[in-house]
Amino acid sequence: MAFTEKTRGLYSEILTGLQTAGLFKQERFIHSAQAADIEVEYPTGAPLKKVINICANNYLGMSSHPEVVKAAHDGLDSHGYGMSSVRFICGTQDIHRTLESMVTQFLGTEDTILFPSCLDANGGVFEAVLTKDDVMISDRLVHASIIDGIRLCSAMHDTFKHSDMEHLEEKLQLHSDKRLKMVITDGVFSMDGDTAKLDKMVELCEKYNALLFVDDSHASGFIGKTGRGTHEKYGVMGEIDIITTTFGKGLGGASGGCVSGRRELVEMCRQKARPYLFSNTIAPPVVAGVIKVLEILSASTDRRDKLEHNTEFWRKGLIDAGLIIKSGDTPIVPVMLFNAKLAQDVSRDLYEEGIYAIGFFFPVVSQGQARIRTQISAGHEIHHLEKALDAFKKVGKKYDILGKSKQEIIERYGM
Amino acid sequence: MKDDIKKYVIKEYVDDDTDVTYDTPLISGGIVDSFSMVSLKRFLENKYQISIPDDKATPEAFDSVNKICLLVNEYLK
Repeated sequence: MAFTEKTRGLYSEILTGLQTAGLFKQERFIHSAQAADIEVEYPTGAPLKKVINICANNYLGMSSHPEVVKAAHDGLDSHGYGMSSVRFICGTQDIHRTLESMVTQFLGTEDTILFPSCLDANGGVFEAVLTKDDVMISDRLVHASIIDGIRLCSAMHDTFKHSDMEHLEEKLQLHSDKRLKMVITDGVFSMDGDTAKLDKMVELCEKYNALLFVDDSHASGFIGKTGRGTHEKYGVMGEIDIITTTFGKGLGGASGGCVSGRRELVEMCRQKARPYLFSNTIAPPVVAGVIKVLEILSASTDRRDKLEHNTEFWRKGLIDAGLIIKSGDTPIVPVMLFNAKLAQDVSRDLYEEGIYAIGFFFPVVSQGQARIRTQISAGHEIHHLEKALDAFKKVGKKYDILGKSKQEIIERYGM
Repeated sequence: MKDDIKKYVIKEYVDDDTDVTYDTPLISGGIVDSFSMVSLKRFLENKYQISIPDDKATPEAFDSVNKICLLVNEYLK
C-alpha cells in the first residue's frame, strides 16, 4: 500500500496548516431547495435554522422556479437521465442542439457549443482556437478558470491592469507582431461586482485588429435592458468574438456552460476543445430546465427588472445605514470591512440574526480588502431585504462600523 | 539602464506605494507574477534591440532590477 502513515502525516500537516491559517473551507449543509429562504445545518449536527440567503448566484430566482423544475422532470421522462457518451460518439440529443440554438439567439451570436460547465468552457476554448504564434492579453482580475485555460494554451500570455484601457492599448501595441491577439476579460467581475468597459474594449480591438473574449457568467440573464449580458449594457451586441457563460447562476443555477460566438471559433471548439471531446455534456433534465429558463427570460423582462429594483433598494439601504460598499449597479454588492477577522465575525453574527452571508478575505481578495459579498436575487422580496438590512444595522452597531470611514475601520481593526 | 528598467517595473506592476529598489525581489516577492514576465521580456527586447532566449528568461534571472541588468548586458555584447 503506497498510502503509508508517513504519507498520511504529510497531508495531515498541510490540512492542519490550512486550519491554522484560517483558510480551511467548511461546507454548510442546506436541507431545503436553493431559494431566498433556506434551512441550514451549521455547524454540522446543529438543529436546522431558517435563514435568508444573500450569497447565492441565484440572481433570477430560477433554481427552484416551479416551471423550471417541471421542465426538468419532463426532460427526465422524455430524454432520460444521462447519455453515457461524449457528444460526438452518441451523446448528442435533439435538445442539446435546441439549447445551443436558443443560447445563440439569446446572446445575439453566430453559434454556440455546450460544455459540462463554464469552467470547462474556459479550460478548453483558448487551446482550441489559439497557437504559439498568438498572444492572449487578459485583465489581471479574470476568473480562476480563465487562468487555468490560459495555462493550458501554448499562446503567449500577458496581462493588463484591471479595467485600465490605456494599459490595454499599450499591450496591444507591444504585441502588434503576433498572428492573432485575443483580449480576455470577465463581463462582471465576481468579487467587486464592477463591469468591463466593453464599448472601449471593442473600439481598441477594432483599432488593433484583436479578438475579444468575455466571460459573462455573472451577467447572462440580467445585465442589460433585456438581460442578454454585459455586451447589451454597453451596446456592443454582435461585436464580441467569444462569450463564455454558465447555466449555474442566473440561467437556472444547476450546471453547464457554453462557448458562444463566431461560427468558426465555435466549430474549432467542436473539433478540438478537450473538455467537449473527452467528457459527457450536460444531462438531459438540466438541458430541459435551461431551455425553459431561456423561454421564460425571452418572453418577459419581469425577473431581471425585479432584480434591478431589488439591487437599487439593497445598495441604497446599505449606504443609508452607513456601511461602505463597492459602487456599481450589479447585484453583487460587497460590504467592505477590510479586516479578515472582522469579516468572519460579522458573517457569524449575521447568521445568528438569520442572515446567510459569507466573509471573503485574503487570498480570495487582496490583503486589506476583506468583505461580506452579498448577492441579490429576483427571488428576494422586499421583506427579505428589509430583514437583512436590519441585521446588518444591528451587527454594524455592535462593531461600531456604521458611518465610519475606511480609515477609521482600519485604525480600529487593522488591515 | 537600471533606472529605465526600475521605472518600467514600477509603472507596469506596482499599484500602491511599495518601495522598489535595485535589489527588491520582484518574482519571489510577488510584485511581478509569472504571467506578467512576458511583457517585461518583450520590453527589454524592444528597448535594447536584443533577443533573450526563452530558457534564459527564468524567474530567477528576472528577480530584481540588478539581475535583469546582468541578463540584458549579456545579450548586448
